Amino acid sequence: MTIVKNNELTPEQVRDSKVYRQWGLTESEYNLIVTELNRLPNFTETGIFSGMWSEHVSYKKSKPILRKFWSTNARVLQGPGEGAGILDIGDGQAVVFKAESHNHPSFVEPYEGAATGVGGILRDIFSMGAQPIAVLDSLRFGELDDAHTRHIVDGVIAGIAGYGNAIGIPTVGGEIGFDPVYSGNPLVNVMAVGLMDQAAMQVGQAKGIGNSIIYVGAKTGRDGINGASFASAEFSTEHASDRSAVQVGDPFLEKLVMDATLKAVNAHSDIIVGIQDMGAAGLLSSSSEMAAKAGMGITLDLNNVPQRETNMTPYELMLSESQERMLFVVKCGEEQAIIDLFQEADLDAVIIGEVTDNGRYILEFDHQVVADVPIDFLTHAPKQTLPMAEPKRLLSMSEVQYQPDVSNLKQTILSLLAQPTIASKAKLFRHFDSMVRSDTVIKPGGDASLVRVRGTKKALAMTTDVNARYLYLNPYVGAKMAVAEAARNIVATGALPIGITDGLNFGSPDNPEVYYELDQAVAGINAVAKQLDTPIISGNVSLYNETDGQAIYPTPMIGMVGLLENVRNATTIGFKNVGDKIYIIGETLDSFNGSEIQKMQTGSIDGQLFGFDDAAEMSSQRLVRTAISQQLLASAHDLSEGGLIVALLESSFLGQLSFNIKTALADKYLFSETQSRFIVSVPESQVVTFEQLAGQKATLLGQVTNTDEMMLTTATQQIILSRQETQKVYQESISWKLKA
Amino acid sequence: MYLAKIYVTYKPSILDPQGEVIKSALKRMDYIGVEQVSQGKYFEVKLTAKSIDAATAEVESFTDALLINQNTETYHFDLSLVADEVNA
Amino acid sequence: MKAAVISFPGSNCDFDMLYALQDFGVDAQIVSAKQTALTDFDAIFLPGGFSYGDYLRTGAIARFSPIMSAVTQAANAGKLIVGICNGFQILTEAGLLPGQLLVNATPGFICDEVALSIANHETAYTNAYEMSESIVVPIAHGEGNYFADDDTLARLEANNQIVFRYVNNPNGSVHDIAGIMNERGNIFGMMPHPERAIDEVTGNIDGQNFFKSILSSILTNV
Repeated sequence: MTIVKNNELTPEQVRDSKVYRQWGLTESEYNLIVTELNRLPNFTETGIFSGMWSEHVSYKKSKPILRKFWSTNARVLQGPGEGAGILDIGDGQAVVFKAESHNHPSFVEPYEGAATGVGGILRDIFSMGAQPIAVLDSLRFGELDDAHTRHIVDGVIAGIAGYGNAIGIPTVGGEIGFDPVYSGNPLVNVMAVGLMDQAAMQVGQAKGIGNSIIYVGAKTGRDGINGASFASAEFSTEHASDRSAVQVGDPFLEKLVMDATLKAVNAHSDIIVGIQDMGAAGLLSSSSEMAAKAGMGITLDLNNVPQRETNMTPYELMLSESQERMLFVVKCGEEQAIIDLFQEADLDAVIIGEVTDNGRYILEFDHQVVADVPIDFLTHAPKQTLPMAEPKRLLSMSEVQYQPDVSNLKQTILSLLAQPTIASKAKLFRHFDSMVRSDTVIKPGGDASLVRVRGTKKALAMTTDVNARYLYLNPYVGAKMAVAEAARNIVATGALPIGITDGLNFGSPDNPEVYYELDQAVAGINAVAKQLDTPIISGNVSLYNETDGQAIYPTPMIGMVGLLENVRNATTIGFKNVGDKIYIIGETLDSFNGSEIQKMQTGSIDGQLFGFDDAAEMSSQRLVRTAISQQLLASAHDLSEGGLIVALLESSFLGQLSFNIKTALADKYLFSETQSRFIVSVPESQVVTFEQLAGQKATLLGQVTNTDEMMLTTATQQIILSRQETQKVYQESISWKLKA
Repeated sequence: MYLAKIYVTYKPSILDPQGEVIKSALKRMDYIGVEQVSQGKYFEVKLTAKSIDAATAEVESFTDALLINQNTETYHFDLSLVADEVNA
Repeated sequence: MKAAVISFPGSNCDFDMLYALQDFGVDAQIVSAKQTALTDFDAIFLPGGFSYGDYLRTGAIARFSPIMSAVTQAANAGKLIVGICNGFQILTEAGLLPGQLLVNATPGFICDEVALSIANHETAYTNAYEMSESIVVPIAHGEGNYFADDDTLARLEANNQIVFRYVNNPNGSVHDIAGIMNERGNIFGMMPHPERAIDEVTGNIDGQNFFKSILSSILTNV
């Protein structure tokens, strides 16, 4: 069984040249393979082990930590381990969601990297049998004064738009942040949400001896060969010219694949055994994982794989990451119905193999066996327990909170509004079709987005969030805050948070300090998720986010979904009526280390992170949800980066109304980022009921007005801001910087 | 077999916003000598035909019918004889 | 009234249009672009999307779909033909409406809600709107920049074929044109999406009168 194709190294040459190291296999992993097989692996086998044992596919380094995620409650129909997680939302329906990162590809080729990120996560959703209904993006870039960053921003935004708009799934929200740590390593995390009838649920499993493996969708080319290993390698600027790992997306084709797949699921659920999309490590990973999950074996005849290029080798066919491809397992004898359905949509659908009971992964090519390895061994990379160490920076941090300079309050407010992280991203989000499908109730620009479930009273709220600066100062508490803020976003719409997907973006896990950050972040996410009853049902890990040894901030993106039982109760952040009373919910403290104002005024973030009070968080959220369900609130907005002043201004801008505020707080507290706070506006008629409900939790600040003047009286002074002028700074700052 | 290389551009009277954006980017990148940029499309079409005249007529016909929109676009093309390839 | 919503490969507003028509009580159904007959229908809607990926030019490949000869036949028979967004682009490529939709003056896809003025109230698409009404309708396109030569524009203006204009032109369209009809008035195309503006839950009902107009004119004519 030592077949050697043209130009391929012999098993002995593989061993002697140690080419496997270039593909990411360590020497000890290679030796383990030799021992298990009891012979030298050939070229193809070495290649498939390198793909399957890459961190991107196997999570061999992160799994010991990911196992700790809490992922079960009564709603969970499908937890981690499949294409996406699934939650029960009643009426026999379910919501499906997951996030995925495309960080490295987006740095190398921003347009295609971001576009194929959207395509990949949508396949994860519809391969579960769900109709995708929304996409959200969590993006991090370097500062906009850098020309290359501007190029990346333009490309990523255009790529998300190019794919999402064309396939017709609305991009309803997300967030965009800027910090120099991302300049050589931008983050492109995409979350997709789908809706399905529970009866249509599909899983990626290859059960039943003799059942057929059917390849569907785009033909296989040489694009993205070994992309999985590429995404698992640290980035060095030397390799920036290496473009072989870039795949090109075709949203038109994916639209056809999506529609046909959903049609197949609805019409032929009795004969479809499993569905899996081909993502990282392509055909290899999808086919071997489907068989492993079912405890079966699989045999593929690679000559049947539809090919776009000529003379492709088994290694290339297995490792290609050509986009828009899916694998179906279909009952033996029933294949033609599926093949016909896809051919009707002008798509390739070809039987390429079958399920076996021998537990082996066997590849045939030109009538010869080119790989024959135990499937369990192939799909279970040797776990690595890595050392952790508390980062040195955390050991010597100042306990004192930064004190902002507010000597010119008005100017400080305007400067803060112009910060790219604070300023409106509407000019960027405008490129995304947020309304296609005609179900978007709350569009980008609110706290969370809201998408109705047609034919019911229900709506789904969704958001992505993380403030990585907080995690940089304290990975455990910062992660708790990320979950809490995501939940506040959901709650501000009136919805009940029901579940989490994550996108864990970290540096190299081989660095004990980074591994510690990962461990602490997961612990922090768990801690708040359990209190909220929002299990973590899916997620993605992106490690090695470093450029020339410099890691990004620990950035665990939290994607959260909420359920609003009656869409008529949907609440938005904008002020609604003149005369409505404005309240702040929650206590405002000295919370400045890691804040936007510290970053703006000192150029960096420093000192021990301020505290997080779990009980205060839960009670603030409970209050807002109760008040919305009793229809007491005209608006609700969570407080986050930039603190009270930014939240007030955003509610004004969105509502096109001003405010007259009087607070006993000193000036600096306008910028405090204490967690667990909201501002809400309450119609006069509901004030008594609201105050009774809120008790000590809410403090009256003032009322909504219809002048251009926004009046603000603090403990020490009164300032007046023109809404029109202030809003211009907020609206235009990003485009001014992009055009620089 | 003939190889047609077809170059499609906007008619001169039509604003080409993509060309304008590229031009201003080039100016920003200090290519100050750049006077005009127009963005077009380029097609390579292989076809069999009895003669070069027949091939010319064919190319003109399908370019008018599909490759361009005659409201706004115009084109020119080169035609050459190429060896038949054996497609694997 | 019986309506067909044509689904081209890559159409993505076909179901939005179908649901909108059904909300107004229209007996509407999706018809594949592979079909060749449309004899049963009073009105035919070409929805938004990216037919054939918008590859080559928007609408350029879709116009050669099998269904398009049936669309042309129906148009000649005086049936109502309505193209929204990509549907408008297909109608111009097919020569059923004059002009062409080019890349936006500032290149890039725009999704927004924009104000429209109603340039002609006496059409099958606008008769239900109040005279003084200015409406806000979503747009979502990268190629919505309407172009026609001067002669064509003069004809459009003279014959009152311009149905909607942008109040603040978002894409560079000549004469601020957002929607036009043919001389006979039975073929209509517009870039904005009235089918996204019919439900209070999603925050905009300015498109309702568009559908009411069509309904009343079909009921009058049938």
